[in-house]
Amino acid sequence: MVRNNRVGTILTHALLITGVAIMCLPIWLTFVGSTVTQQDIVRPPLPILPGGHLIENYRNALFSGGNAPVARMLWNSTVMALGIAIGKIVISLLSAFAIVYFRFPGRMLCFWTIFITLMLPVEVRIVPTYEIAVKLGLLNSYSGLILPLIASATATFLFRQFFMTIPNELVEAARMDGAGPMRFFKDILLPLSITNIAALFVILFIYGWNQFLWPLLVTTDPDMNTIVMGIKQMLPQADDYGNWPMAMATAILAILPPVVVVLAMQRLFVKGLVESEK
Amino acid sequence: MKSGTADGRVVFRSAWLPYALVAPQLLVTAIFFLWPAGQAVLQSTQLPDPFGLSTEFVGFENFTYLFSDRYYRASFLTTAVFSLSVTLVSMSVALALAVLADGVIKGSGTYRTLLIWPYAVAPAVAGVMWLFMFNPSIGLVAYWLKGIGYDWNHVLNGGEAMTLVVLASSWKQVSYNFLFFLAGLQAIPRSLIEAAAIDGAGAWHRFRTIILPLLSPTTFFLLVVNVVYAFFETFGVIHTITLGGPGQSTMILVYKVFADGFVGQDLGSSAAQSVVLMGIVGLLTVIQFRFVERRVHY
Repeated sequence: MVRNNRVGTILTHALLITGVAIMCLPIWLTFVGSTVTQQDIVRPPLPILPGGHLIENYRNALFSGGNAPVARMLWNSTVMALGIAIGKIVISLLSAFAIVYFRFPGRMLCFWTIFITLMLPVEVRIVPTYEIAVKLGLLNSYSGLILPLIASATATFLFRQFFMTIPNELVEAARMDGAGPMRFFKDILLPLSITNIAALFVILFIYGWNQFLWPLLVTTDPDMNTIVMGIKQMLPQADDYGNWPMAMATAILAILPPVVVVLAMQRLFVKGLVESEK
Repeated sequence: MKSGTADGRVVFRSAWLPYALVAPQLLVTAIFFLWPAGQAVLQSTQLPDPFGLSTEFVGFENFTYLFSDRYYRASFLTTAVFSLSVTLVSMSVALALAVLADGVIKGSGTYRTLLIWPYAVAPAVAGVMWLFMFNPSIGLVAYWLKGIGYDWNHVLNGGEAMTLVVLASSWKQVSYNFLFFLAGLQAIPRSLIEAAAIDGAGAWHRFRTIILPLLSPTTFFLLVVNVVYAFFETFGVIHTITLGGPGQSTMILVYKVFADGFVGQDLGSSAAQSVVLMGIVGLLTVIQFRFVERRVHY
C-alpha cells in the first residue's frame, strides 16, 4: 500500500519549498536591487531585504530611463506583443479554416509552405530578413517589429487540429439553415475556439513580448526600443559604471506584464500549452 | 453556397474564398520567410568584395572554408556542450520538482503557480538577472563564493562563463518542463501505482518500471523542445552576459551568425552559417514530427 506518512509529506513539502525558493531567488534579488541605490550595489553584499528607494528608482526608470524612458519602451513592447499575438491568431484562424473546410487546387502546397516556417525561426534568417526590412522601409517602425514574426505554423496547426474535431453535423446544420462559410466561421467555429484562442494568446503574447534579437536589429532609434532589449544598455559597458538600480527596476517592469498575463490566465494557459503539444 | 464531402468531411466549395483566406499567411510567409531563406542560400554561395560593391559566385567555397575554420568547428562543440547541459539540467530539475509536486495531496496547484514565473521571463532578462547575481565585483552569489574561498570571475574564466549561461538558460526552461512533467505524471492512473505497491514494489522501483516508461512520450517531446530552445532561443542570454566570450568559450552557433554577420560584416560566412542552421532546424523538426507527433489522432 502506498502510505502517505507524515514524515514523507513534510520532507516533500520542505524540498518543494527549497526548490521554489531557489527558482525565485533571481527574481527576488533583482527586485531588491531595484529598491536600493547604486552605492549599495557597488559595495557588496547586496542586502537580502528590499531597501527604501523603490518609488524613486522606478520613477527614474520610467521617465528618464537609459537611452529612452522606460515608459516609452513599455509602450513599444506592448504594441509589438499585441500586434504579434493578435496578428498570428487572426491569420492562422483564416488559413486553418481554409485548409480544413475547403478543397481547392494547391491546398496541400499551401499547407506545406506554411509548415516550412516552422523550420525558419528568425534566428536562422537574420541577415537576409534584415536586408528585406531595410528594402521595404520597415526599420524603426512597428510594422518592422511585428510583420517578420507573424507567420507561424504552430498556431495554424493548432487550429487545424481543433477544427478537425468539430463534427460534420454542425456544418451540415449550418448549411441547411442557409449559412455560407463565413457565417459558419463567425457564428459557430469562432465561439467554439475561444479556449484555444485564449491559451494561444497567452503563449504568443509572451513570445512577442520577450523578443530580443529581432528588435535589436530592426530598431536604431532609441525611441523605438522595446523594454527587453533596452535593459542591456543600462548595464555597465566598457568604461561606464552603468546604473544597476535602474537596470533592475527595468527588468522587473519588463517581466511584469508577461507574469501578470500568465498568472491571470494560468488555468487556461497550462491547459492550452499541454494540450496543444499533444 | 455549395458544399459537399471530401474524405468524410463536409466542406464548402468556392472558387475564390479559400485563396483569399490563406492569402495573408502565404503573403507574410513568402515575403519574410521564403524570400530571406532564398537570399541566405544565394548569399552563401557568394563572396562580396571588400567594399561591398559587387559579389562573386564561389559555389561551395564559403562552406568548405567554414568547416575547415577551427573557430567554426569549435562553435559546434560549444553549442553541443551548451545544449546538452541546458537540456540535462533543466529536465532533471523539472522532473524532480514535478515528482515532488505530484506527491503532495494538497498544494500542487500552489507550487505550480509559484514555479511558473520563470516562463514569463525573457531569456535576455534572465541573463541580466543571473548576471546581477554572479557579477564578479557586485554579485551577491559571487560574494558568497568569495566568502568560502572561491574567486568567481566569469569574465576571465571560460568554464565559469559557460556555467553561468547554462544556469541562466536552464532556469527559464525548468518552468516549461515542469508543467509538462506534472501534467504527464498526473495522467498516470493511480490504480497502476497502487497495484505495484500491493505487489511489494518500493518507491524507486515503481518510479523506474512504471512512471518513467509511461512518461517517455513527454520526455522525448521535451528533449526535442529543449534542444531547439538551447540552440535558438538563448541568443538573449549570451548577448547580455558574455557576448560569446571570454575568447570564444560561449560562442554558440546562433550567436556566431550574428557576430560574424552584423559585427564582423562577413556576409558570405554568416549566410553559409545560416544555411547550416536551417539544416539543423529542419532535422530537428522532422524528428519532432515523425517520432513525437505521430500519436495525434483525429
